[in-house]
Amino acid sequence: MLQPDFIESRRGGFTRRKFVKGVIAAGATVSAAGYLFREGGLPALGLSAQGAVERMVTLAVNGRQRRVDVMKQEMLAMTLRYKLGLTGAKLGCDRAECGACTVLIDGVAHYGCSILTHSVRGRAVTTIEGLEQEDGTLHPVQQATMDEGGFQCAFCAPGFAMSMTAMLAKNPNPTRDEAAMALSGNLCRCGDYDKILNTAMRAAELARAHA
Amino acid sequence: MAENLIGADIAPPDLRAKITGRARYAEDFRAEGMVFAKLLASPMPHARVRGVDTRAAEAMEGVLGILRASDLPGDDPGREKALTDEPKYEGEPILAVAAVDETTAAAAVEAIRVDLEPLPFVLDPLDSLREGGPDARLDGNVRRGREVETLKWPASVFEEAGPDTLPMGEATVEWAVGDVEAGFAAADAVVEETIVHQSVTHHPMEPRSCMAYWQNGKLFLHGSTQSTARTRPVVAAMLDIDADDVVLVAEYCGGGFGSKIAGSPIMAVPAALSRKIGRPVMLRVTRYEENYIGRARAGFQGWARLGFRADGRMTALDLYLVQDSGPYGASDFTTAGLVSSLSYQPENMRFRGVPVYTNTPPRSAQRAPGGAQIVAMLEPLVDKAARELDVDRLEIRKINAAGHDGWVGANQGGLTSAYVREALDLGASVFDWDAKKALSGRREGTRVTGVGIGLSPFVSGTTGFDGLLVVRPDGKLHVHQGIGNLGTHSIADTARAAAQVLDLAWDQVVVVWGDTSKHLPWSSVQAGSQTTHAHTRANHAAAEALVGLLQELAARDLGGSPGDYRVADGRVFRARDRSVGMDFARAARRAIELGGKFSGGEAPDDLHDMTKASVAGLAGSGLVAAAKDNYPREGATFSWVIGFCQVELDVETGQVEIVDLASAADCGTVLHARSLAAQTNGGLIQGVGMAMSQRWVFDPKWGIPFTKRFYTARPPGILDVPRSLRFAAVDQPDPQTPVGAKGIGEPPVGAGEAAYACAVADAMGGRCLCRTPLTADMILAELEGRPRPYGTLETHV
Repeated sequence: MLQPDFIESRRGGFTRRKFVKGVIAAGATVSAAGYLFREGGLPALGLSAQGAVERMVTLAVNGRQRRVDVMKQEMLAMTLRYKLGLTGAKLGCDRAECGACTVLIDGVAHYGCSILTHSVRGRAVTTIEGLEQEDGTLHPVQQATMDEGGFQCAFCAPGFAMSMTAMLAKNPNPTRDEAAMALSGNLCRCGDYDKILNTAMRAAELARAHA
Repeated sequence: MAENLIGADIAPPDLRAKITGRARYAEDFRAEGMVFAKLLASPMPHARVRGVDTRAAEAMEGVLGILRASDLPGDDPGREKALTDEPKYEGEPILAVAAVDETTAAAAVEAIRVDLEPLPFVLDPLDSLREGGPDARLDGNVRRGREVETLKWPASVFEEAGPDTLPMGEATVEWAVGDVEAGFAAADAVVEETIVHQSVTHHPMEPRSCMAYWQNGKLFLHGSTQSTARTRPVVAAMLDIDADDVVLVAEYCGGGFGSKIAGSPIMAVPAALSRKIGRPVMLRVTRYEENYIGRARAGFQGWARLGFRADGRMTALDLYLVQDSGPYGASDFTTAGLVSSLSYQPENMRFRGVPVYTNTPPRSAQRAPGGAQIVAMLEPLVDKAARELDVDRLEIRKINAAGHDGWVGANQGGLTSAYVREALDLGASVFDWDAKKALSGRREGTRVTGVGIGLSPFVSGTTGFDGLLVVRPDGKLHVHQGIGNLGTHSIADTARAAAQVLDLAWDQVVVVWGDTSKHLPWSSVQAGSQTTHAHTRANHAAAEALVGLLQELAARDLGGSPGDYRVADGRVFRARDRSVGMDFARAARRAIELGGKFSGGEAPDDLHDMTKASVAGLAGSGLVAAAKDNYPREGATFSWVIGFCQVELDVETGQVEIVDLASAADCGTVLHARSLAAQTNGGLIQGVGMAMSQRWVFDPKWGIPFTKRFYTARPPGILDVPRSLRFAAVDQPDPQTPVGAKGIGEPPVGAGEAAYACAVADAMGGRCLCRTPLTADMILAELEGRPRPYGTLETHV
């Protein structure tokens, strides 16, 4: 199994050789994928063939500058998951109903499925993969999850964690009620809300201790 | 002495992966050359495919292949497979297209012309039972035993019943215990109602996306499933290949609730497409598609008559259920009969039912299939009788509760244990029932308080599966698990049974799961609350076998007889002299040197073939112990949850707010306290959602659903439930299983749903709407004495 960063670039019509040349030419990990999105009557068939469809942009993701080709109608969750190899943000509904794809943009929680990738150029994007420090130290929200045994199936967990992170930045000392309000854009089908709120309160405690 | 693991709060080993984004669910996998599939779904609720013109699609650049129903094995249209030429519900997949990207695949789907011949369709089971009414299938409209047949009730059955009572013609299932008429003759109070319970889509957070590729003749499948070992043969059968040629990777499952018990039929699509085109194929299932193919709970149109003596004892229960089976069937209604007999231990009982096919999305088990529905339907009627008899609502449940000598079902089978009265008392104390019931009917402004109790039993354990353990040369104990990882934490928690037998610290245990190439044992399906019971037993049995091997090994190397040795703290040593012994690392190395039975060279005969193959695969890797759970058990294993709910009903808006939600359980010994509370609380909330907001609405003219997404059939959000829930467990061991633990997944759902329904009825002065969900408009119409804005028997309101 290859790392997603590289796999992304090997789609139909693309030979390995062409891909390598493409990387050299572009000087970045690129991709020509356009899953899900419709552009005129023609599918996007690759960087070289449909260069006008995609456009290379630079995104600031988890503190790194990432160069990536995106279509103008592409949503951030798709770019993250299918082009940047960041599969932590989940697609639960594709349409701003469940919050599993929640990411931070300049510290504010957004549904990654419903924000255009082009609109976040020059803004700081943080995903669940960006919470943990490089030495393995967990973010207070993550540590709180470990402490409280948070989540069941956990498909919603990355989204909740990002909403919690955004909440703590604004309100370091939330009540359970305030935490519930801040997390109300995220759905947990396992119904683990009691434990999620325990986790939020523990996260606030840990964040205050570190502050 | 290692720590006591049973009951302890230990986070599962996969939690860090889950909270750092490293956990990979099916749609998170990529393979070199991966392409995408899209489905062409039926736009009609029932039709026959007369022809398909794929020329335009195939001519499109980037289109790689098209998969039709005929490409998949099986030609019985009555048996569901991933694709069909006789779609039986709107949204049923007809074909799939693979293309270089999803956009192209979607464009190709739109370019395909399908010639469909519309066939009669039916949404409401009762419509199908009328003379001349439509059948959902070409082979009939009901199932009797193993046969599909056509059943029509005479018009007189409908006329005599009238519009507000369930018509009750010939049933396909019928059983009785005692004499139900004599029971009613002996009753001081009789309650009778017609009740409708909606069908409810499972909607796990993770849609059933799937990625597949082939290598050296083997299928590699990344899918979402509740059970690992049990999904492999199902996938193999869907493709007509040997189970040995399926490598299933399913380390994480983003929720199933019964909808992914052994994977999903749709898994065949990327697998077969990949075989056809020679490329890895990802099928990304959208929420919209999940609504159709993602399974649903069967709805009931029911009628119940309950008789009670003045002291509150149930003398008779007469039940009739018409089940909405969807196009491919469900068995909820028979389970509902069992569960109701167990709930109340009626002195006399009759059960009748008929499962009717409809052209609505397919059904499957959903947490407490049949149980949750019937509990939510009957518990408000028990309250009604309690009011009439002036018996406390807690008391009436205690009076009728099963004891250890209780019975269940038509054959009046026995139970392994039943601490129901203890659970009722415990729950009453957690909820403070005595104080809360005094609030019943209290009005503050426009808000009226109601409180309710929901008693909910469900099957909670099976037996006879395999455990497989390996002590590796690094001294760690590897517990191989063939069960799935759907978030219940049982993947780790049932491994505790092995560590406990070996008196081994938890940090010395490695749980191996989620990939059939990792040599997994044959296991129960991770469903029906079986796992905790089945696999604490299996792991316990394997650990006892491991102890035996360690003792034998020690006696062989260190002298004496095996019985002289004990196992604890990662060592086997002489009971009389702890210094004589060897640690697990050395034992593993010796086992490898000795080979044979010590290292997987032999396996017990009674193991399942899959386990035997796994033992052989692990041979030489350490000290290998495998055993089948042969512990005796007499009677069936059930768990109970008692839900308690307090609501405030706004009489001006019909809105209901849950003020308090608490519960208590009898599920045997507590294995993992925090996770148990979470399972129970989550189950309660799922149950509440069914009574509160989740609904199906169809366009009756075209047979297509309106409620296709979360926002139209909304599961409870964090603001819909109290900020804290309280839970307690009786924590009494089931005497017929070595660790004492029973399952818990199913029973809380009915407990939450019933407690909510009872609380709402209580806030309405005891008036029961006798249906789910209880929407604001229905509640308001009832409160204001207006005609109901729906028919009593109407489904999909």
